[in-house]
Amino acid sequence: MSINKNLLIPLTAFVLLVIVLAFGFRLEDPHYLPSELIDRPFPEFSLKDLHDPGRTLTAADIKGEISLVNVWATWCPNCLVEHPELIRISQEEGIALYGVNYNDESSKAIAWLERHGNPYKFNMVDDNGTLAIDLGVYGAPETFVLDKHGVIQYRHVGAVTRGVWKSRIFPVVELLQTQMGEG
Amino acid sequence: MIAELGHFSLILALGLSVCLVVLPATGVYLRQISLVRLSGSLSAGLFVFILFSFVCLGHAFVNDDFSVVYVARNSNTALPLQYKISALWGAHEGSFLLWSLVMAGWTLAVSQFSRSLTLDMRARVLSIMGGLSAGFILFILLTSNPFDRDLPIYPREGADLNPLLQDFGLIVHPPLLYFGYVGFAVPFAFAIATLTTGKLDAAWARWSRPWTNLAWSFLTMGITLGSWWAYYELGWGGWWFWDAVENASFMPWLVGTALIHSLAATEKRGVFKSWTVLLAIFAFSFSLLGAFLVRSGVLTSVHAFAVDPERGLFILAFLLLVIGGSLLLFAVKATGIKSNAGFSWTGRETMLLVNNILLAVAVGAVLLGTIYPLIYEAMTDGRKISVGPPYFNAVFVPVAMLLFVVMVIGPTSRWRSTPVEKYFKKKLLPAGGSFALASTLLFLFTPRFEPLAAVVVGVALWITVDLIIDWVSRVRHKSNRVIRLFQQPLSYYGMLIGHLGIAISMTGICLTVYFSEEKDIRMAPGEVVELSGYEVKFLSMKKVRGPNFEANQGEIEITRDGQHIVTLHPQKRFYETARNMMTEADIDPGLFRDLYVALGEPIGGDAWAVRVQFKPFVRWVWFGGLFIALSGIISALDKRYRVRRIAVGNNAEQSLA
Amino acid sequence: MRIAFLFILLLSLESQAAIDAYPFPNDELRLRHIALIDELRCPQCLNTNLAGSDSMIAKDLRREVHRLLLEGKSDDEILDYMYQRYGDFILYKPRLQSGTLVLWFGPVFLLLIACVVLFRLLRSKKTVVNELSEADSRRLEALVKRK
Repeated sequence: MSINKNLLIPLTAFVLLVIVLAFGFRLEDPHYLPSELIDRPFPEFSLKDLHDPGRTLTAADIKGEISLVNVWATWCPNCLVEHPELIRISQEEGIALYGVNYNDESSKAIAWLERHGNPYKFNMVDDNGTLAIDLGVYGAPETFVLDKHGVIQYRHVGAVTRGVWKSRIFPVVELLQTQMGEG
Repeated sequence: MIAELGHFSLILALGLSVCLVVLPATGVYLRQISLVRLSGSLSAGLFVFILFSFVCLGHAFVNDDFSVVYVARNSNTALPLQYKISALWGAHEGSFLLWSLVMAGWTLAVSQFSRSLTLDMRARVLSIMGGLSAGFILFILLTSNPFDRDLPIYPREGADLNPLLQDFGLIVHPPLLYFGYVGFAVPFAFAIATLTTGKLDAAWARWSRPWTNLAWSFLTMGITLGSWWAYYELGWGGWWFWDAVENASFMPWLVGTALIHSLAATEKRGVFKSWTVLLAIFAFSFSLLGAFLVRSGVLTSVHAFAVDPERGLFILAFLLLVIGGSLLLFAVKATGIKSNAGFSWTGRETMLLVNNILLAVAVGAVLLGTIYPLIYEAMTDGRKISVGPPYFNAVFVPVAMLLFVVMVIGPTSRWRSTPVEKYFKKKLLPAGGSFALASTLLFLFTPRFEPLAAVVVGVALWITVDLIIDWVSRVRHKSNRVIRLFQQPLSYYGMLIGHLGIAISMTGICLTVYFSEEKDIRMAPGEVVELSGYEVKFLSMKKVRGPNFEANQGEIEITRDGQHIVTLHPQKRFYETARNMMTEADIDPGLFRDLYVALGEPIGGDAWAVRVQFKPFVRWVWFGGLFIALSGIISALDKRYRVRRIAVGNNAEQSLA
Repeated sequence: MRIAFLFILLLSLESQAAIDAYPFPNDELRLRHIALIDELRCPQCLNTNLAGSDSMIAKDLRREVHRLLLEGKSDDEILDYMYQRYGDFILYKPRLQSGTLVLWFGPVFLLLIACVVLFRLLRSKKTVVNELSEADSRRLEALVKRK
């Protein structure tokens, strides 16, 4: 029983297809988008300080040390979920935390922080969402890890829980701290 | 209790389907005719039990039995009755039960209407179909059981059906699609059965033709309806997005089209025997692939059902087994098949071959674009890419244009060989005339002249003119014209109407793509905006109530040169249970244009954002689809395909040989 | 209790009509806006373009496209702007780059293979057809006529 080799082509093509499709299973959540901003400096901006409208903040204000930038809003339910962890991080981990108040109303945001606690060194009022767009943000909350030069090293989409901190964010921070020590 | 009955019934159906796989085939092997004869009753039993199961689920919906998880997720006490019933197939588990029911239905139909097959063939075909049924039911029972209960604590009220699905479209679109998808299992089973006998003759082509045409017809209807549904439901005037799930239905359709053409050639001339078998395998394979794409979560789509890797793995394994097995069988058994009929490059066989090759290229391109994001993500270790309409249009349209050209010269070419010079002389005048007419019409009636549109419409006209000329010449030859009309085989009329349908759709697509106009503007009561020669006036806004929603309804008047044309009432609905906002566009449908109005958000004062669209000839897209679907049914009814009964009974032993 | 999974049936609400009424100084810009928001994908949605999505990010991005158009940016510049921030994902028309060569040239390649297959098939068929010679076809005609 000799097989005409040409007739095996459809079978081969099909098996290749199945392999490609099987790959699909190990892939991430379909909603998840990797960030374009990794290894790029934090975008330039000029936004008001939430608690001090007279003061204008720029990218220079978040340089100088390893930091986290958290994009949040009062209309975002997961922001409330991660808030206690953010407070803990700001108090216990010794890392600077800045906030970007995204498409929100300042009065609401101030009241919200009063009620739930304020872990941020300061908050940038991004009421047009332009900074968020420059950051490639597509949903709140999102958290960025910056090195001391203000270069983005990591982005996390979704609530920052203790588990997320331990498994994803802290390793990056630790690495940066070690590099800083050596550098 | 009823839900448990339904569940149990499904298990029984599984048992019967396994019997259907094993017993008749064993009967063939052991030459025990009693076993072979069982296939009829087994098929009937299978169908009855799945139907019962389906009815039980329906019962749960109609009686608001929210202890059944599937019902609680997809229904609500306030849901109108027709949607409670169609919610049955509104989500994954139930729709797959429908899929299985349709499979059992086709199996029963084959067992009832294939008396002309030898008992041997019949047993094989039904055995294969039984095997497919078994796989589907097993999938449901193991991974997607719609009868799962949520006890002892279950919700008092259901989550409600997605408002977008509370529509006539849900009642018809999925069932029609499934009739099509699953219907391709019939030629598939025939093809595999023929391969297993080792005798690849043209008889199987004759048996399969009506079934294939019918399944293809249903698929055409399903796709056409889906497109129309998206158009009036979504609110932005689109009707085809090359979404993964849309492609999942389009690919089997393309293969199915190649199959029906290939079956014709195999039946008439005995050519392409192995190609046709391969196409039959592929048509159903793409149906299964479609099911996989929609239900596994591997591809991102707005249409996709549950994202559940466990289900995806099952379907993938099933795919591998069924399709991989079939292709392996093909490779082994189709070896050494050569047809004796020869034909020249001018013959109709060649035209059909070119047609099928072009369709294959189209399928390949669509498949590539659809799964490319997966390939890219695997290649680049996580980067995401999008492949959307700009890509698909760029690769599909040129191939489609080539297909249309073949469509003109193909049907009127002769088998074996066509005298080239005479033939092309006959074509020149209609061609020239069509292009001239198209250009003139477009020049006169469109706001700007688009040469490509003129070409496409010209080709459509040429196809039509050519079909008419051919038909007239056939009808003309005898003295009594009326009789001659009915002496044409039905499959000829099928071809005529089908190709005409394509020409109609093609025209509609071309004109609506080129000459649609759309404006998103801010309108306050009393304001007027101009659109393609129409004046659109925003009259007023008021609140209205529906059965399960509350809405802001606008009153928009459209006039032309002062003449009142229509008043439209677009709504912005708020569904209380699901807490969703939804835009319900209002459309003034017309044979030559649609006027389309939808509401956006209120913007300050009493002004609203309003979208108005002028869509010329958009209905032709779906009219063409209807024609194409009709052509499949007409062809299937052709008497020539109803092969005479072979005497069974005394000759039974011999027919088993 | 099964693992949580998303039921995103047929068309999720985020893909409802998204109608903004942005003012444009001329028709050309307005039409370019329509074309661009058709070609850009909503980053948050499951396969919807900016034109069809009601989500917050889609609204903001439509506004950005409007702003960039008014600033005089070309279509390519606007698409690039989006690409810088959201990557390949946001472009429905994949860029021609090393990773997409197979994608863009695949169909052409398929067509070429198809032509080759067709050619070879026809060549083998051609030898089988025995065209009747002139004399034979005249004889055939005469025979038929006699009947």
